[in-house]
Amino acid sequence: MKIGLFIPCYVDALYPEVGVLTYRLLTSLGLEVEYPEKQTCCGQPMGNAGFQGMADKLVENYDELFRPYDYVVAPSASCAAYVRFFHQGIVKHECEAAKRTMDVVEFLHDVIGLENMKARGFKASFPHKVSLHNSCHGVRELGLSSPSEKSIPRFNKIRDLLSIVNDIEIVEPERPDECCGFGGMFSVEEPDVSARMGRDKIARHIATGAEYITGPDSSCLMHMSGIAAKDGEKRIKFIHVVEILAQGL
Amino acid sequence: MSTKHSKAAEKFLKDYDKVTRHDQTFWSVRAKRDVLAYELKEWEQLREAASNIKKHTITHLADYLEEFERNATANGAIVHWAKDADEYNDIVMQIMQAHDVHKVVKGKSMLTEECHLNSNLIKHGIDVVETDLGERILQLMGLPPSHIIMPAIHITREQVKDNFAQQGILEKNGKMGAESMGVSDKTQLEAEADPTYLTRCARYHLRDNFMEAECGMTGANFAIASTGEIVVCTNEGNADMSTSVPLLHIASVGIEKVIPNYDAMGVFQRLLARHGTGQATTVYTSHFRKPRPEGEFHIILVDNGRSNFLADPEHWQTLKCMRCGACMNTCPVYRRSMGYSYTYFIPGPIGINLGMLKDKDANYHNCSACSLCLSCENVCPVQVDLGTQIYKWRQNLDSMGHADPMKKAMSQGMKILFQNPKLYTTALKFAPLANSLPSFLTGIKLNAWCKYHTMPHFASKSFHEMWKKGEVK
Repeated sequence: MKIGLFIPCYVDALYPEVGVLTYRLLTSLGLEVEYPEKQTCCGQPMGNAGFQGMADKLVENYDELFRPYDYVVAPSASCAAYVRFFHQGIVKHECEAAKRTMDVVEFLHDVIGLENMKARGFKASFPHKVSLHNSCHGVRELGLSSPSEKSIPRFNKIRDLLSIVNDIEIVEPERPDECCGFGGMFSVEEPDVSARMGRDKIARHIATGAEYITGPDSSCLMHMSGIAAKDGEKRIKFIHVVEILAQGL
Repeated sequence: MSTKHSKAAEKFLKDYDKVTRHDQTFWSVRAKRDVLAYELKEWEQLREAASNIKKHTITHLADYLEEFERNATANGAIVHWAKDADEYNDIVMQIMQAHDVHKVVKGKSMLTEECHLNSNLIKHGIDVVETDLGERILQLMGLPPSHIIMPAIHITREQVKDNFAQQGILEKNGKMGAESMGVSDKTQLEAEADPTYLTRCARYHLRDNFMEAECGMTGANFAIASTGEIVVCTNEGNADMSTSVPLLHIASVGIEKVIPNYDAMGVFQRLLARHGTGQATTVYTSHFRKPRPEGEFHIILVDNGRSNFLADPEHWQTLKCMRCGACMNTCPVYRRSMGYSYTYFIPGPIGINLGMLKDKDANYHNCSACSLCLSCENVCPVQVDLGTQIYKWRQNLDSMGHADPMKKAMSQGMKILFQNPKLYTTALKFAPLANSLPSFLTGIKLNAWCKYHTMPHFASKSFHEMWKKGEVK
């Protein structure tokens, strides 16, 4: 199984350590991982702003670059969702690589499997209380957890995955999948609504008594940590799910 | 980079506690809906069925409307067709003038709001009295609704008391209101703006109006083609009161309200109140089929742009909406910016979409009011993909001449950067420099982002660079 690693632009520039740990985590499980260098962005920033047409070449580039791989794995639920569900509509043809693009949580949970991970020597310990940030596109596009709106059996793949980490305590905030207010360009076009959503979300995470907010999207974490820092809020820290899974690597 | 919505929201958001109350009020309705949703194993199948019935009906609209007309006429109702608001208002006036109507009592109807019925009636010297409590409060205050189901929820009971005092309602009905609660002195109740007391006063105030009116008007939640009847759902029984005293009943019905038959009604009946208010059913579900003895029953079927919506290949499914308000209650942006921040009289996710269908130039401002969280489309009882539709509207803003110039410039910048891997890599090398400069990579405008955030910190080496140097291992 050959995996193409997709490190979205803002992870690349702002959170490269999340990319490095994703690589390390996947290779530690005995997987063959390559990073095609000519990659850039998923195109979502332009799409959400109303200019998805401007992402056409980037989409073609993505498809060509990642087509040789069995799976494309990205440490970002929102970017993976955009690739999988929007690329085809932008270039008006099937995109093979997009269909096989997954968020890392989804990939580990669905493709590798928890038992298999353990069999492959997965071991991590994180003796902390963490509050799950169920990000919108992870929940409602990728199906990482059951959307709270729906009357279906409850599940949460992030929780499942973190449950194989030793010593961790996992909680979820009240309103477990309400938006944190990032929304890409939304955060600068509607800064007041966006920030209020962020503050409310942070407060609900803090109310769980957790030390960390953890989620599969660095973008949500960037938004919330930016607000927390500006507000001088020190009661909570932010950590990507991969950073927990890769403890000890 | 700001829209009318974002500017109005900024103002509303200045009062922290008010926003908290507004948010919690509507979230509590969402929470009540969830409790009922989780109780029903067949919930998602019901939504699917409701969506399919609506899709079927609105794609066979002409047939069902004619069936409805035939059956309603056979029942003794008089059916009218209005292509737009002007025709609708003319028809209403003709009926009223023929019956020498001076006062109308009216049940809640967003369609009449859409057609500016009240101002038209007043212009013609007809006194119109809203009978839904929330709508009556707003009418007396001269305000529009801020939500389609709970229109006056943003008004405090103190404001209601002050208004009722100004209108003379407390003076006229206060004694009876207090006595109905077993209280002899109303002073304390008024000082506390007691909600039960205020409601009782409104009740007596409205009773006088029910007795005096020559015409009762209602909307319709559903029009059943197979029987030619309309169904009106209320919690206050005010539609029933409005149609029980006056002999003349005029029902205003949007053409998309028609459904095939009772089987379909059974599906919607189970969904409407559960979604709208978190009740298993509305307190009153009234079926109107015939005129009262000696009376007349007029049904006005109103298009007012709906058949044009149906012709829109990207957005026609918006017409499935049955106006339950659930998308507003779940929308994190609506809950924190409230109805008046939107330019269209229907706010929230469905209002953004209906506003665009109705008048793009006036309502494109609302397209910013969405973080694309997609909660709305998972809530919607008829599965309108509201968030996805808003995404689609955004894609067309540029061709309408309404794209934000800064967003366009930023997207163009990203286009150049992201479609050119070499340029992107070079840019990233210099990205750490941006820690002391406005960011060019993420296109984050310094002032809007920095109003509430610290700047994100560019890593000294990007992943790309680390990979190239063999440092990723």
